[in-house]
Amino acid sequence: MAAEAIVVDQVSKRFNLRHTRSLKETVVWLFKGRRGDLSSTFMALDGVDVTVDVGESVALLGFNGSGKSTLLKLISGVMSTDTGSVKTRGKVAGLIEVGAGFHPDLTGRENVFLNGVLLGMTEKETEARFDEIVEFSEIGKFIDTEVKFYSSGMFLRLAFSVAVHTKPDVFLIDEILSVGDEPFQKKCLARIQELRESGCTLVVVSHDLDMVSKVCDRGVVLRQGKKVADGPISEAVRLLREG
Amino acid sequence: MSAELLAAPDKGGGLLDVLRRRELLRLIVRKELKVRYRSSVLGLLWSYVKPGVQFIVFYFALGVFLGLNKQPNFVIYMFSGIILVNFFSEAFSNATRSVVANGALVKKIFLPRELFPVASVWVAVVHFLPQFLILLTACFFFGWSPSIVQLIGAIGAFVIVALLSLGLGLLFAAANVMFRDSENIVDLMLMMATWLSPVLYAWYLVRDTLGETFYFFYQLNPMTIAVELFHFAFWAPTAAVRTAAEGARMPDNLISLWLPVGLLISVLILALGQTVFRRLEGRFAQEL
Repeated sequence: MAAEAIVVDQVSKRFNLRHTRSLKETVVWLFKGRRGDLSSTFMALDGVDVTVDVGESVALLGFNGSGKSTLLKLISGVMSTDTGSVKTRGKVAGLIEVGAGFHPDLTGRENVFLNGVLLGMTEKETEARFDEIVEFSEIGKFIDTEVKFYSSGMFLRLAFSVAVHTKPDVFLIDEILSVGDEPFQKKCLARIQELRESGCTLVVVSHDLDMVSKVCDRGVVLRQGKKVADGPISEAVRLLREG
Repeated sequence: MSAELLAAPDKGGGLLDVLRRRELLRLIVRKELKVRYRSSVLGLLWSYVKPGVQFIVFYFALGVFLGLNKQPNFVIYMFSGIILVNFFSEAFSNATRSVVANGALVKKIFLPRELFPVASVWVAVVHFLPQFLILLTACFFFGWSPSIVQLIGAIGAFVIVALLSLGLGLLFAAANVMFRDSENIVDLMLMMATWLSPVLYAWYLVRDTLGETFYFFYQLNPMTIAVELFHFAFWAPTAAVRTAAEGARMPDNLISLWLPVGLLISVLILALGQTVFRRLEGRFAQEL
């Protein structure tokens, strides 16, 4: 079965860097005869084509500012494209950043439900997987404590745990495998491998080249918003290491 | 699993998407209610203390000192207007702030962003209901016996305010992402809201003082219509007003003309808010 899970077609994204935040400044600028630039732009992505088949696991690689995270945000739908189109099939769960939907004043339990539903599960599904989620996170008896009292490690573990139990068709992962201590990281990796074997499509953004080589079969290298390579992961990693 | 078709991830159905994610809406509302009065002793009671104090201040300043109390059942007259304006203020100002306040989510997880303004209005409804119960209780003490038409008017008024605050909320929430000035503009508008509707004075004073033309535009304000409808439903049918010499003076054609007009204007504002929101929504993630 070689159906596409994600089709990114000639996508460009230009960012407007606005230098003003208030109406007053804009008005002053208009009255001064529009001297100086109110905003400057830069191309985060420039005509990128990527097609990912169902069940593939692809790494997006590149140095800082190469447009990896922007591409991931476009795929998840958080941002919209300027030109070109992005299409996806099935349920996409973005792990753009774990814990975005967590509220410090709610208990762990409440946060699990809120985030489970935020990430696209129904309340029933969250209920059904609740024990699994808590067990995976190793939070144990702290689950009914408000999240603001959690250590940062505990917080991230719970957030990650909710995210990996959402069972999406397409799973987007942005630099989140640096979660918790070594044993927990191993567990996360194992969980991601499990997802991969169950036929889930993965798109991973990471600077951890060793980890990426283990998880992905294919690598796409971006440089200043342009795709410069697309092939087996080993080649992509080599290209990046050589600079 | 791959039976589904390829589709754009950000296909937006606007407010319809919110209906599709009712569960999430409910959880967000529950969160907002829980978080609002966290670590406070009085908790939800604050929602009654604030309007209560406001009511007492107005009652003494206007009712007792300025002598408006001579009007029969001025208390009911004032309170029915105040709770409606409070509902509008809370819904509108929280909806305006909602998108920026939930910036972390808007930037990282894709969801229908209309969820946040809708949740704000919903939360305002939750805070409105107990105040409304207080009004009803008071009405019964004053010998309240409404007709069906009057009750329909009350429901219409509620719908007008809900639609209007959601529409304006969507509009200013989107604007607020671009320019934080919106919050202050909204505060200004809310400051005037109490006085632009006949909450503390009688509507005919506007007509008699400023003339028919001005009154026509005054009457086009959906909040004015809603407040008048609440007076018609809760104040007019109380015993003292019914037996008073001049009775309850209400604007002409309140139900037959102004109720539909108010609904129409609110729906138009909602449509405008939704359009602007959809137009700007694609830029939220990068502007926040």
